[in-house]
Amino acid sequence: MDIFLENFFNIDSLIQIYPLLVQGLELTLLLAIVTLPLAVLCGLLIAILYSFHIRWLNILLLIYVDVLRSFPVIVLLVLIFYGLPFLGLKLGSFAAVVMAITVNNSGYYGEILRAGVESVPKGQREAAHALGFGPIRTVVYIILPQAIRNVLAPLASNSLELVKTTSIAALVALPELLRSARVAQEQTYNPTPLTAAALIFFVLLWPFARWVAKLERRTMIVR
Amino acid sequence: MDKIVENYFNLQVMVEAFPTVLGGFGLTVLVSILVIILGIGVGLGFAVLHCMNSRALSAAIVVYVDLFRTLPQLVVIIFVYFGLPYAGLALSPFATTVVALALVLSAFATEIFHSAIRAVPRGQWEASEALGFTYFRALFLIVLPQAIRLAIPLLTNRAIAISKGTALGTAVALPETLGQAQSVMAIVANPSPLTLAAAFYLTFFIPLVIASRWVERKFSPRSR
Repeated sequence: MDIFLENFFNIDSLIQIYPLLVQGLELTLLLAIVTLPLAVLCGLLIAILYSFHIRWLNILLLIYVDVLRSFPVIVLLVLIFYGLPFLGLKLGSFAAVVMAITVNNSGYYGEILRAGVESVPKGQREAAHALGFGPIRTVVYIILPQAIRNVLAPLASNSLELVKTTSIAALVALPELLRSARVAQEQTYNPTPLTAAALIFFVLLWPFARWVAKLERRTMIVR
Repeated sequence: MDKIVENYFNLQVMVEAFPTVLGGFGLTVLVSILVIILGIGVGLGFAVLHCMNSRALSAAIVVYVDLFRTLPQLVVIIFVYFGLPYAGLALSPFATTVVALALVLSAFATEIFHSAIRAVPRGQWEASEALGFTYFRALFLIVLPQAIRLAIPLLTNRAIAISKGTALGTAVALPETLGQAQSVMAIVANPSPLTLAAAFYLTFFIPLVIASRWVERKFSPRSR
């Protein structure tokens, strides 16, 4: 037990590497804060374009969404970070991670919000039209509020996944929380930084994970 | 344009890289299948145990579920690979990836199955009892079949999402599709093997993604 504590919960090692972890946490939060709104906006754009029901456009949108949902996000990251420089386009690791996660999640959010928009009965659009709402005001005031309520569970679940995904930045040496913990582990020859990083992720995301689980449970109620 | 073709769709390079990347793809499929079987199997088992009205057991399961549902997949993989050896448990990259992803999927599956069991209307339990079914027979013959049906849409999505995590195995030097493509890319100084890897992922996951959309529509309690 002592050996276990000394290895995984070593206080000395924790004090030594504490600044690294704080730095890492800041970068993780920054990644999440930058990426989440970008990805949601892209998804929203896809859903709104889809709702106009232009045939060729919808086929293109569905292909875009399905192709992106078929790629592991890290494949996209490797393509952007290691592949694009061959075209002379060299992105920094932060920009590459933001781009990979945004593009990947635009597919997920696009699909979720599209399903949400489709779940709103057609009569709502017609009624808005009859009341003199223009197409944009119809989407913003009538369709979207109902659509988002209908897909709140997958929306929240995907947002949680997005924040978790920021840890792939570690693979392109961006010192976010996971990467910082690895660096610290190699400096101290002790896995305590890894335990600490895992705990920080857990404490940060756990309330949100509970909320998502509650929302998902509701979607299963038989009516 | 020529530059794009030469760099990303270089046939000569692709032909050269094909056997290596294909080997990696085999591993990707193998890891995915193992993760899905283990994750869903363990998840179903835990969900049934969770229904046994044992407070200690349920508490342990809730901690397990919350932990692995909340931690990022890569954090679990890195912890298993670089942390556990200090506790005397050194796993190969293959075992690491399978175990870490199965832990994550099993947590989600437990949660999904458990919610589904609870979502089956109480009347089903009461009717089984009235018909003389014991608790276990009611659970396995009446409630679970209905619960599994409810669980399918969420479970399919989650299983696909976590299978895609196999690419994270590259972080612990698992020679799967992405890792193999990257190593060939480093040798030939041309990213076409990456395009090839992307094509492999696409052929594997696009049918699953399309099937999941269909499954969602067919099994959703809201679709009528």
